[in-house]
Amino acid sequence: MDLAVILSILDATIRLSTPLLLACLAGMYSERAGLFDIGLEGKMLAAAFAAGAVAAISGSAWLGLMAGMVVSLGTSLLQGVAAISLKGNQLIAGVAINMLAAGMTTFLGQTWFHQGGRTPPLGEGGRFETITLPFANELAGVPILGPIYADLISGHYILVYIAFIMVAVTWFVLFRTRFGLRLRAVGENPKAVDTAGISVVKLRYQAVIITGLLCGLAGAYFSIAQGSGFGNNMTAGKGYIALAALIFAKWKPVPAMFTCLLFGFLDALQIRLQSAELFGIEVPVQAIQALPYVLTVVLLAGFIGKAVGPKAGGVPYTKER
Amino acid sequence: MSARRPLPRWADVALLPAINLALAFLVSGLVVLLVGENPFHAIQVIIYGAFGYGDGFGYTLYYTTNFVFTGLAVAVAAHAGLFNIGGDGQAYVAGLGAVVVALALDQTHWLIAMPAAVIAAAAVGGFWAFIPGWLQAKRGSHVVITTIMFNFIAAALMVYMVNRVLKPASTMAPESATIDVAGRVPQLRQFFSFFGYSPVNLSIVIAVLALIGVYILIWHTKFGYAMRVLGANPTASRYAGISNSRMIMITMTISGALAGMVAINEVMGVQNRLVLDFVAGAGFVGIAVALMGRNHPIGIALAALLFGALYQGGQELQFVIPGITREMIVVIQALVILFTGAMEGLFRPSLERAFMLLTPEQKAEAIAVSTAKSES
Repeated sequence: MDLAVILSILDATIRLSTPLLLACLAGMYSERAGLFDIGLEGKMLAAAFAAGAVAAISGSAWLGLMAGMVVSLGTSLLQGVAAISLKGNQLIAGVAINMLAAGMTTFLGQTWFHQGGRTPPLGEGGRFETITLPFANELAGVPILGPIYADLISGHYILVYIAFIMVAVTWFVLFRTRFGLRLRAVGENPKAVDTAGISVVKLRYQAVIITGLLCGLAGAYFSIAQGSGFGNNMTAGKGYIALAALIFAKWKPVPAMFTCLLFGFLDALQIRLQSAELFGIEVPVQAIQALPYVLTVVLLAGFIGKAVGPKAGGVPYTKER
Repeated sequence: MSARRPLPRWADVALLPAINLALAFLVSGLVVLLVGENPFHAIQVIIYGAFGYGDGFGYTLYYTTNFVFTGLAVAVAAHAGLFNIGGDGQAYVAGLGAVVVALALDQTHWLIAMPAAVIAAAAVGGFWAFIPGWLQAKRGSHVVITTIMFNFIAAALMVYMVNRVLKPASTMAPESATIDVAGRVPQLRQFFSFFGYSPVNLSIVIAVLALIGVYILIWHTKFGYAMRVLGANPTASRYAGISNSRMIMITMTISGALAGMVAINEVMGVQNRLVLDFVAGAGFVGIAVALMGRNHPIGIALAALLFGALYQGGQELQFVIPGITREMIVVIQALVILFTGAMEGLFRPSLERAFMLLTPEQKAEAIAVSTAKSES
């Protein structure tokens, strides 16, 4: 393999990791606050549809992005009301959200646009353009480092850069701010937080809001950056891979980035290869597809390290009366 | 709120689910209204499509068969406090067992092939649920996450198995060889011409037997009692000398085996071959069915019939009213899960309060409590 091939696979890795990373960071806020979130997929799908639909009608990618974030926020709050205020089962709420998004997006898409659930293809301005970083073209001639900068680092959608910036932001928020400390405390021991006079409910809603906004970015990426318009079930289980990545990264931002890159790399690899040879044994492409899930199961089982989630995860908080 | 008393049994079992279901339908109706169609007309079409004529009713029962199996799978796990979200994957891999046995015994008789295939499908489906159960019991990994992951692993595995192993060299489509003779489960239309061309088959008998079997298992055996103790209070069950990890593993296996019965209905009863994605989300419908049916076989039978009717009626809907696609059914399904499952707390407190004021002595008690509160 020469440099160009490697670069193109790595380039695809970054493109495919971005929605995973955004969704994974989104899930991190909820789960750190003690809310299991298996509804990432549904929120992304809803956002992808809203972004695609609004961008198609308005012709503006930015308006599409806003719409995606608003819809994802609304979906997230619905899940939040069920899980926080009504003290419902968080897992069931997540399942309901996923199903609701899958049904609503196809249903509304078909009813509004009559293209089999797709939104109309986006024209000029409706879709995000890739950004060429300064000096990328000038430096492209420099051996090795030039192509890496020009092809790999430069030339992505703005959401890609936002995703990677959000890793640092999330790390800072979670581990270097008062809000982050409280958020993590709420996920470990909500009673202690309550005793200290801080509202558990308010903190959890704040987490849900951040989750919704980030899922909105992730969803919009599918329909108005990577793709041109929304297609049926566009997120195709990526929300679950993001959830797997979140567990694999043990709910930490920087490992989350590397996990998402790894899972994105596997995805890029299986798109490129139909099958691979490994030590003379043929590895079917389905094995590569299943690898993120298998790795997560193995990790969860504690065979390689141990993933222990926030202690209060999944338990609705009831203030003592 | 210390005076809060539980609802009367009939209200808990029937009234509350009915209110939540009504709310789900109300919101669905609003969605239909939103796209400019008449919800009452839609209901009419669904009811006629599902029950109005033989073919339609046959299809309704065919869908119902699947949903009984997946609903029972979720319910059995739920009684032991486990949330088996992997019914889809378990039913999918169970197709392997069903198709292999059906093809191998294709030259015998269905009375031989069908029971053998039931055992094989149950074994494979059960195994696919046993692993997450084992991981939960012995390694402490959360069964929900593991079963989600196993759904995806199943999907990859089945694409491989169908394309690389089961597909005969002569066919292009990704499907197994066709079951021709004895491996087919007899269709009900062979006995009753009423059902027209609908694919409802003898699997529905297995579904009825499964409903009865689960009822006996949960409420009339020692094992079922142990299961419910585990579900109610794992600490208590451990002190009572029940092996929690053993219970979790066996319960998950039973749950997976029940989900696996979908493969009998689909592979041997309808498709007569193994096709990709034959489960088509039935495992997730099972969650809605179990929630609505309160994990009780009678409730599950009724809820499965409701969803069977919705699925069949939904098919009709898109022909009669082009403005509404069958995805509307997925929306209704999601709303049912949302309102009866996740948002159950929406009406329960107010209903409890309403019942407290219903009988004179309870009213007196309630007043006494509130006076005591205001005095303190």
